[in-house]
Amino acid sequence: MDTSFAYILHLADNALILGQRLSEWCGHGPILEQDMAMTNISLDLVGQSRSLFQLAGELEGKGRSEDDLAFMRVEIDYKNCLLAEQPNGDFAKTILRQFFYDAFSFHNYTALLQSSNEQVRAIAEKSLKEVTYHLKWSSEWVIRLVDGTEESLLRMKTALLELWTFTGELYTPVDYEIKAAESGLGVDFDKIKTLWLEEVNKVFDMAGIKVPVGGWMQKGGKKGIHTEHLGFLLADMQYLQRTYPGQKW
Amino acid sequence: MVKDQASEKQNIYKLLEQVCDPEIPVLSILDLGIVRDVILKENLLEIVITPTYTGCPAMDMIEVEIKAILQGNGYEKTIVKTILSPAWTTDWLTESGKEKLLAYGIVPPKGKAKGKRALFADADEIACPQCNSENTEMISQFGSTACKAQYRCKDCQEPFDYFKCH
Ligand SMILES: [Zn+2]
Repeated sequence: MDTSFAYILHLADNALILGQRLSEWCGHGPILEQDMAMTNISLDLVGQSRSLFQLAGELEGKGRSEDDLAFMRVEIDYKNCLLAEQPNGDFAKTILRQFFYDAFSFHNYTALLQSSNEQVRAIAEKSLKEVTYHLKWSSEWVIRLVDGTEESLLRMKTALLELWTFTGELYTPVDYEIKAAESGLGVDFDKIKTLWLEEVNKVFDMAGIKVPVGGWMQKGGKKGIHTEHLGFLLADMQYLQRTYPGQKW
Repeated sequence: MVKDQASEKQNIYKLLEQVCDPEIPVLSILDLGIVRDVILKENLLEIVITPTYTGCPAMDMIEVEIKAILQGNGYEKTIVKTILSPAWTTDWLTESGKEKLLAYGIVPPKGKAKGKRALFADADEIACPQCNSENTEMISQFGSTACKAQYRCKDCQEPFDYFKCH
């Protein structure tokens, strides 16, 4: 597989899978305003994935459309980080997952403004405006919930225990990301790691909580080795296109 | 010849004026500032647009409507090209577009778009579109569509949409 195709596909899958996950909150948010915030963010993520899938399809050159790539692949072909596919859990877990991802995405898109590929630069410029809002929103909620009630703090601590193990994958590159960095298409992961940790520590300091020290970091999603949760998500997301191929609305 | 092309372009812009944002029907796509270019080639008309937000569900519909109105007016071969850079900003909303928004009950963006990273930053001070009171509060930076934030007037108690700076 062409490495630039794989790299862009990975970015698209991150946005699509997290967007799909977050959309499960639609109609179930703790309060109306936050229900709308989550669905807005979900929509932005799916929108970003569309631009990236279109580019991936062009790079692959086999005539696959954004819909083919989004809906007609099997689990092992998805290259999203494990973090993106983790279940929503409670509001605290959703917030923390979003914050970890936004902190990565913000610095990743910022770095991609310097990509050697013009379309990647354009997508990054556009997406960064949206992700800036997302990161502000998730950062503020991390602080509110940690610095909130005994109950909200307990839930954030539980979420941290559950999610921390999936964060290492965000800044640990796999082969196609290393190639993309070398060619100028992608980003320097040493820098992304530093910026991500700074961002997380900054907000955690304001909230009054510490990042766990050490611990095993899960990996595999970027290479198609997923947790069991992705299959269920795909079954839900792909059902219509699998049952009625090419169906439009 | 050059003059002919200029007047033809003007004519095309007049047609585009009739295409509205399906989510805020008082705004034409020209008011929104999403039409970036009109390129006339031999037997081909290219309309260049840019989305407000990447996930804006109105874009596909807008593309269909642009083609329909132009094809209905003799431009058989019309293509709509979407570009992402430079990224759309509320600075491109026209003045008449802002007036239409306010008359529709949505407060237009106030000031220039700027990066907003400061946490818990004070929200823009926005006057209520119903009673003009400045005693309002932001309820959420996310609203009924991607481009709007939700506010509430503390005097007349009416909630309202604010077309946020972006
Ligand atoms: Zn009022």
